[in-house]
Amino acid sequence: MLKINNLNVFYGGIHALKGINIDVEEGKIISLIGANGAGKTTTLGTIMGLVKPSEGTIYYEGEPIINRRTKDIVKKGIVLAPEGRRIFPNLTVEENLILGAYVRENKEAIKKDMQWVYSLFPRLKERMWQKGGTMSGGEQQMLAVGRALMTKPKILMLDEPSLGLAPLIVKDIFEIIKQIHKEGVTILLIEQNAKAALQIADYGYVLETGKVVLEGKGMELLNNEEVQKAYLGEAQ
Amino acid sequence: MKERKNIKKLLNIGAICFAIVLLYIFNQVFNSFQMRIFNLCGIYVILALSLNLINGFVGLFSLGHAGFMAVGAYTCALLTMSPDMKAMNFFLEPIAPWLENINLPFGSALIVSGLMAAIAGALIGAPVLRLKDDYLAIATLGFGEIIRVIFTNTQSITNGSLGLKGLAKIGWFNASSESIWWIWGIVILTIVFMVRLIGSSYGRAFKAIREDEIAAEAMGINLFKHKMMAFVIGAFLAGIGGALLGHLIGTIDPLMFRFLLTFNIVLIVVLGGTGSITGSVISAVIVTVAMEALRVLDGNIEIGGYMIQGIPGMRMVVFSLLLMIVILYYQRGLMGTNEFSWDILIKRFKPSKH
Repeated sequence: MLKINNLNVFYGGIHALKGINIDVEEGKIISLIGANGAGKTTTLGTIMGLVKPSEGTIYYEGEPIINRRTKDIVKKGIVLAPEGRRIFPNLTVEENLILGAYVRENKEAIKKDMQWVYSLFPRLKERMWQKGGTMSGGEQQMLAVGRALMTKPKILMLDEPSLGLAPLIVKDIFEIIKQIHKEGVTILLIEQNAKAALQIADYGYVLETGKVVLEGKGMELLNNEEVQKAYLGEAQ
Repeated sequence: MKERKNIKKLLNIGAICFAIVLLYIFNQVFNSFQMRIFNLCGIYVILALSLNLINGFVGLFSLGHAGFMAVGAYTCALLTMSPDMKAMNFFLEPIAPWLENINLPFGSALIVSGLMAAIAGALIGAPVLRLKDDYLAIATLGFGEIIRVIFTNTQSITNGSLGLKGLAKIGWFNASSESIWWIWGIVILTIVFMVRLIGSSYGRAFKAIREDEIAAEAMGINLFKHKMMAFVIGAFLAGIGGALLGHLIGTIDPLMFRFLLTFNIVLIVVLGGTGSITGSVISAVIVTVAMEALRVLDGNIEIGGYMIQGIPGMRMVVFSLLLMIVILYYQRGLMGTNEFSWDILIKRFKPSKH
């Protein structure tokens, strides 16, 4: 569905992505794990057209999407829930969600999806009129995911949804991700919380300083010795 | 729900009718001094709204407003001035021949001056809107000053530092009673336009950009397009406000459009609440009236038998202090980002159902 080939990105003189290849199959959950600065966020930014690559190709449903405007990429059905939630703090929950549907025009469908998001996150419905910034971290993350879902995506890309959240809430968030996946949305997940991310993933990639150093089925990676040493802190 | 919508529509129309009746009464009872202040209030409402669109709703800290006002004021003045009057003004260096015989009626001249300011806004915005925060403020401030310096030096077009005198009165018939209708008519149009713009999907996109640019971009909002749009609309309204100000005072010169003028408008916007149309309107009226009322402070003051020599500009100290207090302790300003709405009034006056 989404095919990334030999992607290279430079930030000034820094070679942030050194030719990575990633394959996202339809209907799967794909996880990218890796330490800070490995290039996870850059990868998602490049898919969205927010970062311009120097080399490489990205194909979405057989069509090249590099150098397309972000708006067109969102319209095609790819959306990013950015790192650190980045909800609109002074706007109400409802306004945040409406803004998620910015590129869409069909008002009836937008209303329907709003109900869908509220059914996924009943908490958001309770707080419809509250300003986004006044909610707790977990609720804000729900809002960020809900806002992304308002674009009616085929691929939902989540950048560190567990960042700064209590373990119990992280569990809730991952439950919801599974549920969204069940409803037919392909998910590309970035995490530092490698264990949680690999547990729900069909396939995973391990990034290190701009390169894919390991890939494999989620469970395989989880049991891989090197991954355990490097990311799960289970050195024997 | 639908019933509520209809009620609100009726209330809106009612409010506008009420405003027109009020304007008619004011036009009868105000003396010329009060009238002038009242008209000045209207002009500052237009200017505050135009700056609030850029600063408050899109969150672009722009300080180039005086420049756009200068473009508007000069355009309108030159377009409406009769050839005889032009000859009288341009006694040092004759006016450029292509300008000499241009003479438009006030209404169309006003629109042209708005458009000229909008063009200036587009030309400045294209390179400058890539910047953010303080850098944007400095760049726009610089461009505003550049416009003023250009106007000082294009003697054959703007009459340089001598300025232009004897601007026609606002309106078609050269009658003083006409200006209130023009100014406050434009105020009402501007408010209606702003309310509709902010309530539209464009308005939501503006606010999203103010709140978080990265998230807004990730949702597919084109940052540059929306920033440019707000900047150009703001410049257009600033041009119209500048033109009205010039014609109300009757004379313009480049010194009038210094940074201090921008500061006054920033003050109104911050006091009223950045991001509130209602706040800007209320605060524009209060500040304009207060600026006149506090003129006492500029004169000699007697405290307990001592006579303190008057210091011109003393009243501005009050506003500067007020601005500091608001920024330190009450950043929301008068209204924050809240707006007046009929819903609240309806709720208050409807007897509760329990």
